[in-house]
Amino acid sequence: MKGSRFGSARASFGAPDVAELDYRRDIGEPGSYPYTRGIYPNMYRGRLWTMRQFSGHGSAEETNRRYRFLLEHGQTGLSVAFDLPTLMGLDSDDPLSAGEVGKCGVAVDSLRDMEVLFDGIDLSRVSTSMTINAPAAVLLAMYVVAAEKQGVVARRIRGTLQNDILKEYIAQKEWIFPPVPSMRLVVDSIQFCSQQLPRYNSISISGYHIREAGSTAVQELAFTLRDGVEYVDWCVRRGMEVDDFAPRLSFFFNSHNNFFEEIAKFRAARRLWARTMRNRFGARNERSWMCRFHTQTAGCTLTMQQPANNIVRTTLQAVAAVLGGTNSLHTNALDEAWALPTEETAKIALRTQQVLAYESGLTASVDPAGGSYYLENLTCRVEDQAVEYMDRIDGMGGMIDAIEAGYPQREIQDASYREQRAIEKEDQVVVGVNRFVTDEPSRPEILRIGPEVEDAQVRGLRALRRERNEVSVSRALRDLCQAARTDRNLMPHLTHAVREYATVGEICSSLKEVFGVYQEPLF
Amino acid sequence: MSNRRLRILIAKPGLDGHDRGAKIVARALRDAGMEVIYTGLRQTPEQIVQAAIQEDVDAIGLSILSGAHEHLFNRIMQLLADQDALDILVFGGGIIPDEDIPGLKKLGVAEIFQPGSSTRDIIRFLNQAV
Repeated sequence: MKGSRFGSARASFGAPDVAELDYRRDIGEPGSYPYTRGIYPNMYRGRLWTMRQFSGHGSAEETNRRYRFLLEHGQTGLSVAFDLPTLMGLDSDDPLSAGEVGKCGVAVDSLRDMEVLFDGIDLSRVSTSMTINAPAAVLLAMYVVAAEKQGVVARRIRGTLQNDILKEYIAQKEWIFPPVPSMRLVVDSIQFCSQQLPRYNSISISGYHIREAGSTAVQELAFTLRDGVEYVDWCVRRGMEVDDFAPRLSFFFNSHNNFFEEIAKFRAARRLWARTMRNRFGARNERSWMCRFHTQTAGCTLTMQQPANNIVRTTLQAVAAVLGGTNSLHTNALDEAWALPTEETAKIALRTQQVLAYESGLTASVDPAGGSYYLENLTCRVEDQAVEYMDRIDGMGGMIDAIEAGYPQREIQDASYREQRAIEKEDQVVVGVNRFVTDEPSRPEILRIGPEVEDAQVRGLRALRRERNEVSVSRALRDLCQAARTDRNLMPHLTHAVREYATVGEICSSLKEVFGVYQEPLF
Repeated sequence: MSNRRLRILIAKPGLDGHDRGAKIVARALRDAGMEVIYTGLRQTPEQIVQAAIQEDVDAIGLSILSGAHEHLFNRIMQLLADQDALDILVFGGGIIPDEDIPGLKKLGVAEIFQPGSSTRDIIRFLNQAV
């Protein structure tokens, strides 16, 4: 019998394996430094995690209907999925957008689409997460103006902007500009949020995509926290006080199959971030030490074969996230290896969270898995290995240098290739794929996005261009380009341009003239 | 069969940046002794067809996870026909539901490998089909 593939060479763990742990120094009470057990004393006894299902498809009208549906069924926060043209800063009528409009998210070309997206949804009451990175500052500006048009002032806006460009270069690869001007846009938006949007998370530093690209749990943790360090470094260099913005940094992790390793990863994330913020950056505000995070179950573990099994996978991953003390959660739908979820499967995914929250007793006691010899030992090992990676990246000169050298990208590729080989050799079992295979047809009903979405979106965009004031739009874009050449914060210029109904594509093309575009070296 | 090593172009058309699968397939084909050219991300159909002809490849493997497969495969098959290059075999993979496969095969796409496919199946397929 080979050793377990779950990284544990030993049959069991006991008191000697946690002998070096000091309760106050390394674990602490829930709500106390270093927050290993959770960032709040009461955790889910006080308030459940936010159930935040990521969704968006087709047009803004269609997605608005899905949001209202989810809110009616007890979802407690919104999370916008944009389509690929929007994520890449392209308009729906760009030749490169052909065939992609509204396919894996909602198409947003201008403020007008943003207004429709949140029509009838009170932005002073709902918190909205927006998964957008390269053009994040543009979409943030649109959201702020859309709220303002509802009569909601900026300081009341709640939500999260993903705004994490580093993991795009590392893993998800939806970039526009080169790293340095991209980092400038991130810092501009973090600074703007720290001044104007006190209840808004200016960034969601994400390991999710790193893991989906095939990394290990340790790599996910290490690269994410090292990205966090990079953002803090840049903000501090801009002259910001660490405690002025760090409380609004948030994180986003994956919850994968290896149950205990995932719980350990979440606990290690909190401890390691708290130590980093306190020791490396001298943060004094407790809120700067807290690693608040969203979790999504692992899309890459879903199988096309026997799709109902995916409900079980997702449930286990969700339990790990809850035992790991997540602050909000997305559970994947069973049909996501096929297509975007239908209304029915999206509902089952939400119900999964509700069953855990209201029926299972998981919420009765804070960090109920804490104190397990195995888990505490594993938490330390995951943390130690992550620290090694972070030190190595420090030694390379920081994350941007590491990215330019292709280091995190290669580490992830190697891990993903190792996993694929293990699955093909059946060292790693995937139920229904390489073991317990059946021939039964398993085709679920799937959501289809037809070409009519693209046609309608393009028509709407052309109408907008006829109706808006072209002179004001050109002036706003010129002004934006000029500001981009200085070191002024671009947020007021972006806000002005979106208010004039300049489109995402027009704004990003203007910025490309100044910033250039990123070309990935082949690794 | 000749002794010439198979030359395969692995390409990511469209805006989708999810290259995990493309890179795994490229590496597995290389490990199996094939010559593999990987285009990198966001290649237009025109660029892909041009690269395939210039590199004189035996097959093109397209990876698409964004749902834009119908549009992109269609365009690439059309361009290959225009260039009189339909002797180049086209196969693909990604998030492509069952019911789209017959339509893609009708366009001339030789095979589609869905999530959970083994790289060994892809290698076997290429060794037989090319």
